[in-house]
Amino acid sequence: MALPELKQSTTAARLAALSLPEGGCLEVARRAALSRVQSMGLPDRRDEYWKYTRPDTLTAVEAPRAAVLEAGEAPMFAEFDRLKVVFVDGVFDAEASDDLALEGVTIERLSDLRSKDIHWAKDLYGVLEARGQSPVERPLAALNTAFAEDGVVIHVTGSPSKPINLIYVHDSDSSDAILHHVVKVDSGAEATILENGPAASRFNKAMEIDIADGGTLHLVRAQGRDHERRAATHLFARLGSESVFKSFTLTVNGVLTRNEAIVEFTGDDAVAHVAGACVGDGDFHHDDTVFITHDAVNCESRQVFKKVLRNGATGVFQGKILVKPGAQKTDGYQISQSLLLDDDSQFLAKPELEIYADDVACSHGSTSGAIDEDGLFYLRSRGVPEGEATDLMTLAFLAEAVQEIDSDEIAAEVNERLHGWLSRRR
Amino acid sequence: MLEIKNLHVKLEEEDKQILKGVNLTVEAGKVHAIMGPNGSGKSTLSYVLSGKDGYEVTEGSATLDGEELLDLEPEERAALGMFLAFQYPVEIPGVGNMTFLRTAVNAQRKARDEEELSASDFLKVVREKAKTLQIDAEMLKRPVNVGFSGGEKKRNEILQMAMLEPKMCILDETDSGLDVDAMKLVADGVNALRDEGRGFLVITHYQRLLDHIKPDVVHIMAAGRIVKTGGPELALEVENNGYANILAEVE
Repeated sequence: MALPELKQSTTAARLAALSLPEGGCLEVARRAALSRVQSMGLPDRRDEYWKYTRPDTLTAVEAPRAAVLEAGEAPMFAEFDRLKVVFVDGVFDAEASDDLALEGVTIERLSDLRSKDIHWAKDLYGVLEARGQSPVERPLAALNTAFAEDGVVIHVTGSPSKPINLIYVHDSDSSDAILHHVVKVDSGAEATILENGPAASRFNKAMEIDIADGGTLHLVRAQGRDHERRAATHLFARLGSESVFKSFTLTVNGVLTRNEAIVEFTGDDAVAHVAGACVGDGDFHHDDTVFITHDAVNCESRQVFKKVLRNGATGVFQGKILVKPGAQKTDGYQISQSLLLDDDSQFLAKPELEIYADDVACSHGSTSGAIDEDGLFYLRSRGVPEGEATDLMTLAFLAEAVQEIDSDEIAAEVNERLHGWLSRRR
Repeated sequence: MLEIKNLHVKLEEEDKQILKGVNLTVEAGKVHAIMGPNGSGKSTLSYVLSGKDGYEVTEGSATLDGEELLDLEPEERAALGMFLAFQYPVEIPGVGNMTFLRTAVNAQRKARDEEELSASDFLKVVREKAKTLQIDAEMLKRPVNVGFSGGEKKRNEILQMAMLEPKMCILDETDSGLDVDAMKLVADGVNALRDEGRGFLVITHYQRLLDHIKPDVVHIMAAGRIVKTGGPELALEVENNGYANILAEVE
């Protein structure tokens, strides 16, 4: 079917500004992704899946400018023992990065694959993204597969002693970055990946994750606080039997964020938790779009999303649990909640369940509310000033999402940062 | 210490007068009890004194050591030494009890230009005080009042009182929902805090709490006013004969 004229011209203009990296084992996947984008067209406002979030600045030829934030504080996870992999405006920075050697894992640059004809990543790159294009199209992810020049391919073969920290530095106010990572976790292997930083003025990131039977991956990311930055990210995860995937995303500021998570259970008895906490102010717009497919028996999925919105900020949640025929004993849980600190802010939620098996437990809930006045008075009556009491209540509201982080050390870091940012903004 | 003069209060939302000229003075070192039928304004008085929203003071004043309370925010009153033990302590999911206590203690110290307690000093003090109230480490770790039994909630109120060492303590129906043993434990906690510099205002329906916390003065409140004041024997009279006689006598 031919695309509407406007969509076609927007897509053509965007694609004309990009050049497809050639050579190596990924070229076929890139060309296939390019033709997917061409046939789907880039998203626009008329697309149902983009009803609550305007994609125009994400699909425009030029990235809108975004000032680089001088945060005046140490970056997140700075105190952690970790392996640093640094990208500046979407380009790998070898000097700022650690030596990529670490026992239990191999880490290579995506761009190195251009000189290789054979590589394990060929079986995953663009493959999980392509699977995730149905039943809902995700053209920005296909665009990413086609054009991403940089990123890392991570093969977890054992249990590395420390987390791998992907650090995204924003340096130029007109940067436009596309990064694509592939993560393969072997059977019985376990790793933690940390991501932090705004990456660029406009950031398109995709991560494809394949977890084999009995493998475990923890992913914790903190998206940068630069006020004007924009990001569209996709997470594609495929889980084998008895595997575990836990993801948590912290978003504070950023004028536009669309985080899509697409999780597919292909083996029995696996667990996937996808959680997010965000705090937004003013023209902040934050969209969590999640699609979880249960295609195996006795798997547990859990979505926990909490948003604190004020001064006219907007939060969006589109979350779906699809239970395919035969996916018995599925345990699906989904909660999305917003704390609206004033009347100008809004939360738009579209929770969905689609179930074709008869022996499942699925629940979803979505709420919007103001701060609990009784709790606030209780704290104040004990001498806690109003601002601090509000912060405490706000942190308490976010706690259910932060608790999804298994590591106490990482959860404490997240809480401490949140507390600092909240109190400074008062 | 606490001096309430001709206090008139109405609900902000509706035109309903709740307090109609309350006069009451609680001296340092004394325990005053207020009894009265339902709807007489006892809880409203405690809320108004601690600064809860939703009430409008139309006349009168309430001072603590000469400072007007009614102009102050709840946290400022707390820093001056006001404390209300809630009839229904509020559950705050997500805020750890220990965090809550430390934040409160240090906020008050800060407001009074005192040095904040270090984490280890705080821990030492809180453990000791918790022990006498039979509050275990698990309860200190849990979110504030979440999943606490009625007795645990009230003990937690007394723990806060013990940690904050207020000048003026108001206990709003602290005996409600308590069995005999729990009431004794709570009363012991309160009695341990009785001293010359501290005043208490105990609001209750029943004499039995006053068996454990012996009041110096007993007031009867009805229809928004203190209608009778006497010694501990007044509470016994209420217990034996109800309010009807007293109210009839006043009218």
